[in-house]
Amino acid sequence: MNKRYALFLGCTIPARARSYEMSVRALASRLGIELVDLDDFTCCGFPMAAAHYWVSQALAARNLTIAEKRGLDICTLCSSCTSSLTEASHFLEERPHEKREINQRLAKVGMEYRGPVKVKHFVRILWEEIGVEGLRENVVRPLKGLRLAAHYGCHFLKPSEVYGGFDSVEDPKVIDELIRVAGADPVDYSLKKQCCGGSVLVADERTALAIAADKLSELKALDVDAVVVVCPFCGVMFDSQQKKMEKTFEQTYEIPVLYLTQVLGLAMGMGEKELGFSMHAVKVKALLERLGEGGEAKG
Amino acid sequence: MTADGDMEMEEGAMSREEEKIVEEETLDPLFAQEVAREPGGEGIRACFACGTCTAGCPVRRFNEKFNPRRVIRMVLLGMRDEVLRDPFVWMCATCFTCQERCPQGVRISDLMRALKNMALRRGNLPEGIVVQSKLLSEKGTLYPLDEFDNKKRQKAGLPPLEQGEKSLAPLMEELLEALGPKDGKD
Ligand code: SF4
Ligand code: SF4
Repeated sequence: MNKRYALFLGCTIPARARSYEMSVRALASRLGIELVDLDDFTCCGFPMAAAHYWVSQALAARNLTIAEKRGLDICTLCSSCTSSLTEASHFLEERPHEKREINQRLAKVGMEYRGPVKVKHFVRILWEEIGVEGLRENVVRPLKGLRLAAHYGCHFLKPSEVYGGFDSVEDPKVIDELIRVAGADPVDYSLKKQCCGGSVLVADERTALAIAADKLSELKALDVDAVVVVCPFCGVMFDSQQKKMEKTFEQTYEIPVLYLTQVLGLAMGMGEKELGFSMHAVKVKALLERLGEGGEAKG
Repeated sequence: MTADGDMEMEEGAMSREEEKIVEEETLDPLFAQEVAREPGGEGIRACFACGTCTAGCPVRRFNEKFNPRRVIRMVLLGMRDEVLRDPFVWMCATCFTCQERCPQGVRISDLMRALKNMALRRGNLPEGIVVQSKLLSEKGTLYPLDEFDNKKRQKAGLPPLEQGEKSLAPLMEELLEALGPKDGKD
């Protein structure tokens, strides 16, 4: 199979989650996944869904059309981009009247969407196209003894009707299994499926922080080494907002937040610099020192 | 009242709080129909008030003001003003927990989105939405990158990104109109 995708970065990653992008690009090149940058991509449309359904669909479809013109399927990194683009792709096939509606709008910018364009999260590509064995072959430094908590977030797996049977919503395993591939121990916990709270920030900051802090409290009690995410929204929420949660609720969490791609990168021998750990708000240093990672990039 | 309490209620039953509101408001029997015509609102009538949505709602866990089962009851009862005027519809995180679990197949997250769309048209929206819409219509992204950002990207070994030319305004006209200055209220 030719593993070639248009890379859809979305709004948040290039500005606020560069370490995620770095680790994805490093992994992709190590594993032979070709990610093509397309200049014309814009916001996926997700932030506009609450404001105006047809506008958000039109923005999503515009991005699908850009990939279609280049004959490429799309690789996403943000879970909200994934759901926005996957829902658009799915429902435009399933509901011909929506496709007509949307194409009328796209005509205003001289475009027409035919479809379908497939959309896959990078982690799904790892899982389905590289596979556990293919990944394991590349592990040179198993992260022995590291206790990591998987955070699935909302849109990586939901709404399930558009994801064609990828993992189970109520009993998910993909991230846990990939943590295991990296040689670390996935930690089970009761709030595993709970939302990061990020999308409540705009309407009610305190509630949003409470949702995230709830999870961090459980993880603190379980003494995990880090929480592992696959979405920049969740990443920013747990990492950049953690100090604010500590202040608001008078708690100390100090739980590092790692992207799953950084965890796999570490296990594949990539260095601290290559994976961008210094950009994280909650320090990852102690954890890296325990692994014997002094900061130099290896091979 | 707790989420569990909600679940024990009989079909169609109202909490004391709801009864109070119902007495005070003029009900609009056409409201449910209108919601059902909005994209995402279609299946609302299938709700039999079991409370599964509320029991799993992460927002509800931390803010009693928000309760999806109750929002749906209010729509079905025709409480148009209460639903569309109050900021609480904006609290839904679109997490899909409820939608995945509803035994009646109600697309609750989509329904909440529909209610937000309707509330916005009446001028009920968080300020963030206005800022975001403007950014997207002009720049195509919520975080426009400047030269300094691209320098940082370069330092991190990332390719520079073209920004700034990607106006989405033609695709966002309907929304920008709805957000535009209003003569008087509503
Ligand atoms: S929307 Fe579904 S889950 Fe919620 S109360 Fe109605 S039937 Fe139950
Ligand atoms: S989608 Fe909204 S209503 Fe449903 S569980 Fe999540 S926050 Fe609650």
